[in-house]
Amino acid sequence: MSNVVEAKALRVQIPLDRVAAQRRSQMLTRGGLVLAFLIVVFFTVLFVAPIYWMVVTSLKTTAEVFAIPTVWWPARLMWSNYPDALNVFPFITYAANTLRIAAPVTIGTTISSALVAYGFSRLRWRGRDLVFYLVLATLMIPTWVTLVPLYILFNHIGWVNTYRPLVVPSFFGDPFSIFLLRQFFLRQPQDLVDAARVDGATHLRIFTQIILPLSRPALAVVALFAFINSWTDFFNPLIYLSNPDKYTLQLGLFNFFSQHFVNWPGFMAASVVVLAPIAVLFFLTQRTFIEGITFTGIRG
Amino acid sequence: MATRIADSGGIPLVDQPFRSNRWRRLRRGDLIPGLLFISPWIVGFAWFQLYPIIASIRYSFTDYNMMQPPIWLGFANYTRLFTEDDLFRKALANTAIYALFSVPLDLFVAFCFALLLNLRIPGRPIFRTAFYFPAVIPSVATAILWSMLLNTKGGLVNVALKAVGLPVIPWLTSPTWTMPSLILLSVWGIGPIVVIFLAGLQDVPRELYEAAKLDGAGPFRLVRDVTIPMLSPVILFNLVIGIIAALQVFAQPFVIFGGGQGGGGGAAGGPLNSVLMYSVQLYTVAFQQFQMGYAAAMAWILFAIIFSLSLLSIRFSNRFVHYE
Repeated sequence: MSNVVEAKALRVQIPLDRVAAQRRSQMLTRGGLVLAFLIVVFFTVLFVAPIYWMVVTSLKTTAEVFAIPTVWWPARLMWSNYPDALNVFPFITYAANTLRIAAPVTIGTTISSALVAYGFSRLRWRGRDLVFYLVLATLMIPTWVTLVPLYILFNHIGWVNTYRPLVVPSFFGDPFSIFLLRQFFLRQPQDLVDAARVDGATHLRIFTQIILPLSRPALAVVALFAFINSWTDFFNPLIYLSNPDKYTLQLGLFNFFSQHFVNWPGFMAASVVVLAPIAVLFFLTQRTFIEGITFTGIRG
Repeated sequence: MATRIADSGGIPLVDQPFRSNRWRRLRRGDLIPGLLFISPWIVGFAWFQLYPIIASIRYSFTDYNMMQPPIWLGFANYTRLFTEDDLFRKALANTAIYALFSVPLDLFVAFCFALLLNLRIPGRPIFRTAFYFPAVIPSVATAILWSMLLNTKGGLVNVALKAVGLPVIPWLTSPTWTMPSLILLSVWGIGPIVVIFLAGLQDVPRELYEAAKLDGAGPFRLVRDVTIPMLSPVILFNLVIGIIAALQVFAQPFVIFGGGQGGGGGAAGGPLNSVLMYSVQLYTVAFQQFQMGYAAAMAWILFAIIFSLSLLSIRFSNRFVHYE
């Protein structure tokens, strides 16, 4: 059913795209376009080369890493680097720890930010926009200003070296997500909300039954960003976790890098393993990802 | 009468077609439900922002190591920072240099890539993904990867330089080169800026280009007189976000130089503290030396700098930024 709709939308879109593209092409001459293409290819190769090097090095022997002449592709692929690295870098444990933080953070950020965003968009009350500017202003506060007292506080109530300082704050709304969701909620038709109000629906019902179902794309963006930010966070685990059993992937990777003898193939193997889940997620959700970036950027 | 109008949030209460309570509430606004919906944020704001900010002012006037109770010092922390602390001044200067060069460089390169990717060339989605992908890589993995790539003897960067006949550069071991290394490294993460610029470019009305071309404008004038003014709000947004992020740069210098494998003998400031960054120094003061009062004072200075720079760029840009 939805495929049919999409196919129709595509058919309408193609000629429009072509017209736009033709207009755009008039910006430069044919020779200019070829030159631009070559420049883009050159820089793309520059941008991607480090990632290729990461993967290739993870399959080299230590002697091959900085060998002269440079080894572009190892004679024998050292797959054993991976099990060797995972002996000192317990990926499964760290991944499970990271998931124990990232999963509740994702849920907490999405739910709390959606609630708050509803209060800032679909309800009219005095001082609303002023308070909303305050939410945005908190984005300017550097982490460091609040970190020292928060660390002292969390230490006092026994939360240091637990996951609570990393998880609990996410249940109180994240400014950037609130901002993004508010913009999205504001685009939903107000008539729908007013009609439901006149019919006697409570705001909680309007929120859960009208606004949330209409806002799935924006909620997906918020959840995805919350998950990836939490999964790749290095700073907060570094501050709050000291027990190696509780390390996250990023903290474990840093520890492996700083506590062991130079072992580039091992470091690269561990890096590849840490990067892999994020890379898979990125390629699966690329469109959501890029939409999210552009959305937040333009409205800024 | 006038006060009643103001009370209702600017909506006049007279001459209403409906007089039912529910309708009136709808028109007047929903203060109680509104506050209930945003209550998670209110609690979070009080707990994780307001209290720490106030406490942090108080701690910044004390000597507190978390073992003994805080000792009141007055302004001593601040005077010590500016008169005695060479590492603080070094960190401040380094961070300023880093932000001064990396932010404009990243914006410029991202803008050029966005212009190129906006042209009708084949494979644009592939290129966009390629430019974006490095920004997804966790910062620790990025830092470890570049420690290897920038290795003086056999790192890929020097291999490439040698291949085109340029001299080999001691990127991470010479105090002259550590800062340029970090600044260049920041270019690898410009993917999100490119994507934001690309989206902004889609919004520039084609007619403006057509009109300018009829007036005989070439590609460079089109960019200078049409694209840049139309994109100025997006540029400002990226500038402010970029400054805030650059002044707090932490993970990459901390891992590359503090990790011990990159060079500089494992000191997080790099050789001769040539890349000692403000956040890295703050981390050392707070979480290795546990001088919490002193760290709070440092954090407040950072806040003051970020705040005034953000205000300044918004003020200054009012003259250049074009809003529709």
